[in-house]
Amino acid sequence: MSRYTAPFASDGPAAVDAQIARRLLTVALSRGGDYADLFWEYNVTGSYSFEEGILKAAGRSVSTGLGVRVRKGDATGYAYVEDLSVEAMERAAKTAAQIADGGGAPEPVGLSAISHPDRYAIEELSLDLEGEKKRDLLARADVAARAADPRVKRVSASLAEQVREVLIATSDGRLVRDRQPLLRMSVRVIVERDGDRQAGSSGGGGRTGWDYFETKSPEYHAKEAVRQAVAMLDAQEAPAGEMDVVLAPGDSGILLHEAVGHGLEADFNRKKTSNYTDKIGERVASDLCTVVDDASISNSRGSINVDDEGNVPQAATLIEKGVLRGYMQDRHSSEFFDVGATGNGRRESFKSHPMPRMTNTLLLNGPHDPEEIVKSVERGVYATKFGGGQVDISNGDFVFSLTEGYLIEDGKLTTPLKGVNLIGNGPDVMRKVTMLGNDMELSDGIWTCGKEGQSVPVGVGCPTVKIAGVTVGGTQIG
Amino acid sequence: MAEDLNELIDLGAQVVEKARTLGADVAEAVISEGSHLSTKIRLGEPELVEEAGSRALGVRVMVGQQVAVSYTSDLTDRGVQRFVEDAIELARLSQPDETAGPPDASLLSKPEEHADLSLHDPSIQDIDAATALGQAKAAEAAALAHDPRITNSEGATFTRVNGARALVTSGGFSAATRGTYASLSVSPVADDDDGKKRSGSYWTARRHLSGLLSPEEVGREAARRTVAKLGARKVQTQQCAVVFDPDVGRSILGLLAGCINGSAIWRRSSYLLEREGEPVASELVTVIDDPLIEGAPGSRAYDGEGLLSRRNVIVDKGVLRTFIMDSYAARKLGKASTASASRGSSGGVGPSTSNFMLQPGDMTPEELLGSTKSGLYVTEMMGFGFNAVTGDFSRGAAGFWIENGEKTFPVSEVTISLNLDEMLKGIDAIANDLDHRTSVAAPTFRIRSMTLAGT
Repeated sequence: MSRYTAPFASDGPAAVDAQIARRLLTVALSRGGDYADLFWEYNVTGSYSFEEGILKAAGRSVSTGLGVRVRKGDATGYAYVEDLSVEAMERAAKTAAQIADGGGAPEPVGLSAISHPDRYAIEELSLDLEGEKKRDLLARADVAARAADPRVKRVSASLAEQVREVLIATSDGRLVRDRQPLLRMSVRVIVERDGDRQAGSSGGGGRTGWDYFETKSPEYHAKEAVRQAVAMLDAQEAPAGEMDVVLAPGDSGILLHEAVGHGLEADFNRKKTSNYTDKIGERVASDLCTVVDDASISNSRGSINVDDEGNVPQAATLIEKGVLRGYMQDRHSSEFFDVGATGNGRRESFKSHPMPRMTNTLLLNGPHDPEEIVKSVERGVYATKFGGGQVDISNGDFVFSLTEGYLIEDGKLTTPLKGVNLIGNGPDVMRKVTMLGNDMELSDGIWTCGKEGQSVPVGVGCPTVKIAGVTVGGTQIG
Repeated sequence: MAEDLNELIDLGAQVVEKARTLGADVAEAVISEGSHLSTKIRLGEPELVEEAGSRALGVRVMVGQQVAVSYTSDLTDRGVQRFVEDAIELARLSQPDETAGPPDASLLSKPEEHADLSLHDPSIQDIDAATALGQAKAAEAAALAHDPRITNSEGATFTRVNGARALVTSGGFSAATRGTYASLSVSPVADDDDGKKRSGSYWTARRHLSGLLSPEEVGREAARRTVAKLGARKVQTQQCAVVFDPDVGRSILGLLAGCINGSAIWRRSSYLLEREGEPVASELVTVIDDPLIEGAPGSRAYDGEGLLSRRNVIVDKGVLRTFIMDSYAARKLGKASTASASRGSSGGVGPSTSNFMLQPGDMTPEELLGSTKSGLYVTEMMGFGFNAVTGDFSRGAAGFWIENGEKTFPVSEVTISLNLDEMLKGIDAIANDLDHRTSVAAPTFRIRSMTLAGT
């Protein structure tokens, strides 16, 4: 039994059952809305930060509340409340109801519980483990990082743990509960050599319990952070201009996330503001490329059993051998396109309305041996680690920043390069994928995606990818 | 919302008392409360009306020199009890930090010393959903009407926020403040000849309603900025002068803000380590952090630890004068706090800037542009390519090509790169168009030469 269960759980102090949910939905539709849903959320986080050889700070947060959404045509009314008394929840339902202005009050359909798969069954929630275990785990990372290299001057190791319990009730009769665990550890080091200073970091996790650390130990992340920082001590100024780029497997999936992922979120296409608008069935990438959004990967950071509108997502093919097959839908857009909801309706918290969002977005394997791919490049850049990226949805222009990269000369990795940005256009870059490895990897769980001010955890993944001609934003010309 | 700020202070005092009873030697409670209305119009029709209020508690406790923080939005008796117990339990788990501690009691400010900075406009609460939708609708309509090449819209948003916050500490500080903020933004979309779409945006934001630009001005400017991007193309890779529009110049200044943060300094995570008293920028550059500007977005009468706010000169004619520090960073660095503590709603404390501004120069932005023979005028930047430890900077950029002092054609899909240290030293012109729309702000300025990567 967890210490952390929602007040609205069936045995909680503010238990919500089908009867209360139905009553609130009736209020929400009382002004004539087409559709309403209720989203209860209980979110507990723990954070531990180990620095200068001690557990320097620890923190916990509990936030809970109800979000009420009412739709009338394309318009949405939204209200939320943290006070879970029935009176306060009714007031929120009334506020959201006002988006509609009369025209009958449809009755919500009787609620029935929806079953869903369990994609992140865990033995014990990290939050329920004793604190000393977490302190010891971080201390191990600290010791390992210092032992890895005498040039290590600073180590900070942190652990973030979370459980998010949701209850969703919709006016078309869905009632669904889910409990979503999330764990992430990271290590950051500063190394110094003769006045030169560099940082390196490594982290990972997912919707897992502590069995994660059996596959990736704190020592692993510590050593990886040190390796990266030390490698960067020798980094040279990166070249500037257009050249071939080879992306390492795993983390490079962030390129895909920026270059095509956002543009395939259905809201932008419903509004015709995406460069992928009206292109279903058309060729939008080289025929090597098959892109899926898959919420079902066990224990991955981006996986979900149900989305935040109560729909169960399945693996969805977005691009098949270069041809655009479909968008990621939330409920609103799936009605517009008259297709099934793909279960991509997600929200940051009960304070936010749902939007189409990615879960785990992957570029699937191609035919090539990764070594062959590097060998085929005369002069270019090999991209290993990324700090993040951004895209302009309207035209697909994106950037992503490299935190670790190497020059490729005559088919071999040579000099490490200073942090640099790659810039390109999504559809253009996807057409220039000329080789694709058979070594697909899922990135370890570190990525958080932002859209219109809302953050959600996501996964990315890809094999080794060769792109013929990307602009590299270094300082060295020629 | 609390009618009376004393209600929040009382709540804070109860949290402090409870924490002390349960074994905390130091307890600092922050009570935050907010209500907001956010409305969005798209193509003339309402898309979203969101209205809500919230209240939450945050606390930082110390048991000896063991520190922890806790946050809750569950204000039931059971929720608050749990919240304080969690804080104490976690403090006992953390390990003694010899630098930890509250600020010296003699440094704490008194409520009567706190300047009235005019941060609250009660009339903001009179804006109802219909009025807010009307403002957004007018702004979007002005954008759509301004130019036939505007063919679509990502919408127009009007938001008003009303907040209040109290800080009560076991060291004897207690105070509360209110603040408001209203904003209106419009994002039109135009179709380009090459099948690309071009989106642009413009916005206005103020603590007082009366300071907002009219919806028509915002809409027209958004449309003007959007169509100006039509036909954007790459340019050749080269070294050239780069002029930063205030909308992007402030993010360069934001990078500097991160690197003069005392917490980055003791963590050895800034390229400006051990550079106090040395030149870090060209002589034209003076940067001030001023929390005492009336009505400005980043203003505060006292800092997150209760010290009286003061104006800090960070860079004086190119020379780095001070880092910004809370009392923890100050002890780490063997200096005095600059009263720059910022306290998050979850109770945690760290140094942060208030209104952080590159001081204006003498020339107008037109004169600055006119004196630029050729180069890139940057209106947008993308991505996160900055390493604070080394100062290495590389970001995506878009804007206009400058030839003989005039903007000629729009440019996109290029990057600009240079180390931040060299960028700040390379500033050779600063205009006089500083405004207080944002808490980190810069007028138009020019860097003599950067690497532009394009074709």
